[in-house]
Amino acid sequence: MIIADKVTVSRSGRKLIDNISIELKPGQFTVVIGPNGAGKSTLMKVLSGEMKPDSGLVSYYGTSVDLCQPVDLARRRAVLPQATQLAFPFTALEIARMGAVAHGALNPNEEARKALSRVGLRGFESRPYPSMSGGEQQRVQFARALAQVPQPVADGVPRALFLDEPTASLDLGHQISVLETARDFASAGGMVLAILHDLNLAAEFADHLVVLHHGRVVAEGPCHETVSDEMIASVYGIGGAVGRVPAAHIPYVLPQSRHR
Amino acid sequence: MKALAMPFRRTGEGDRTSQGVLVLFLLALLLVVSCLISLHVGPTGVGLRDLFAYLTGNGDSLTTQERVILEAVRLPRTALGLLIGAGLAVSGAMMQGLFRNPLADPGIVGVTSGAGLAAVCAIVLGGGVLAPIALALGNQFLPLMAFFGGLLVTWLLYAIATRDGRTSTTALILCGIAIGALAGAFMGLLIVMADDRQLRDITFWSLGSLGGATYGRVLSILPFIAFVMAIIPFVAKGLDALILGDAAAFHMGIPVQRLKRIVIVAVAAACGSTVAVAGSIGFVGIVVPHLLRLAMGPSHRFLLPGSALGGGALLLIADSVARTVAAPAELPIGVITALFGAPVFLFLLIGKNGIGMRDLP
Repeated sequence: MIIADKVTVSRSGRKLIDNISIELKPGQFTVVIGPNGAGKSTLMKVLSGEMKPDSGLVSYYGTSVDLCQPVDLARRRAVLPQATQLAFPFTALEIARMGAVAHGALNPNEEARKALSRVGLRGFESRPYPSMSGGEQQRVQFARALAQVPQPVADGVPRALFLDEPTASLDLGHQISVLETARDFASAGGMVLAILHDLNLAAEFADHLVVLHHGRVVAEGPCHETVSDEMIASVYGIGGAVGRVPAAHIPYVLPQSRHR
Repeated sequence: MKALAMPFRRTGEGDRTSQGVLVLFLLALLLVVSCLISLHVGPTGVGLRDLFAYLTGNGDSLTTQERVILEAVRLPRTALGLLIGAGLAVSGAMMQGLFRNPLADPGIVGVTSGAGLAAVCAIVLGGGVLAPIALALGNQFLPLMAFFGGLLVTWLLYAIATRDGRTSTTALILCGIAIGALAGAFMGLLIVMADDRQLRDITFWSLGSLGGATYGRVLSILPFIAFVMAIIPFVAKGLDALILGDAAAFHMGIPVQRLKRIVIVAVAAACGSTVAVAGSIGFVGIVVPHLLRLAMGPSHRFLLPGSALGGGALLLIADSVARTVAAPAELPIGVITALFGAPVFLFLLIGKNGIGMRDLP
């Protein structure tokens, strides 16, 4: 279990996140939503050990994250960053392989290939990363994260996937397939924390939804309890949008309807 | 270096391991050939057959004069060229990885100027203010001073041009210009203070030459270059990860701050020590890694050892040319590397995939 206990991060006098406590449980897909500047990325940085909180504690299975070496953390969790540009022409396979190497894979090439085909990039192995489209680059990075934690549970210890806006710059089909891959990871006993902006996707995939606003948790729990008209109105300033169909002349697309 | 253990394993699409191993092998061959050329050519030729006989421990066929030339002149010069070329190319490749920028070269961004200034300080002040330190350090005084000069500039560059782990190309290059100008100004001051003998030494730095090669110089830079070569296997994986950014490298288990400190020290060690014994020799640090990235991909597992081999070979060939084209006079080697390197640098900027036209992170 990964626990953040009363963490606060201040920068230039402003509290980016304020006294947040959150638990990532094995088997659970946790989604963080909230408007821009709510502190979502900061919370993820603190949880992944990248940023030290000014107060509060982050622990991985009872061990404070401060006491973990980077290489130990790398075996326990992988992080998908927001868009990454490269000045050097690594191939897709070489990028994904870095993830496999990070967890000490015996055959990093094989694991990288497997990860690439899981994100639908089989046949793209030798493509130079800088020549790929934004969406393809994002999927290569996702493959790198998957290659770093190929088993949701290894040696009896669940691993974690941190996804910072994994659906940004992806088309609808790939948005869903990336989140489905992440859900499979959680169903198999791993921990998933994703930051999403699309509330429909969040509502479909989250087992546990965390709503951040001004650095604080304003609502938390299963989606059907948290996504309410009042909450959306107070956080995003958009009222009357939950569970209603739009006016007749506007077509609408709800990906979660595909299961009906 | 697991890959080196199984050189001909078939690895397939997108993986350039076998390509890297092949290129390393070819570079090693090239290096051997350039060593032989460097020992062979010069105002007094040493016949290739005699050379082979000598190198295999059977030097009876050499005349005394040839033996003296080989042992006192050509061998130290070849060894020095090898170490300097390897050091310059590896420090260039490491710096480009550290700054995540294929244009970062110790010569272009001012590290060489800083090291050169420190070296000139050492020459001029070594007889005066710094005399006690100079006496205490002996042979190592000059390379150590140049090392600290290079270290200061590399650290300064990093502190100025890097914000939140991202290095701005513009800031980097402009910083290099400023530091170069500053070093030039101080150099001018020192030149005014210098006596005739010191003046000759100073001129030698600015042009770059292997002409003064002695075993003493070889030994004085050997520890620095050996250190840089020794850390290659330990930093290669980290530099690869660093290309994806500080955060991503940390996520993949790299102790980022420690890696950066080590690389900065290594760049300064290679750059400073080579400047101290041979002056500023430009463009090796940018041309060799760039050509190798085209041949084997950007992975530092192969790029760094490849740069060591290729840099050594390039410098020995350049030195052989410098010694022969205008014989019996000798061209400064910096002239040759600039004639070859500057166009490659320009091509880098304006070519089809010119990095000057792209917004780098």
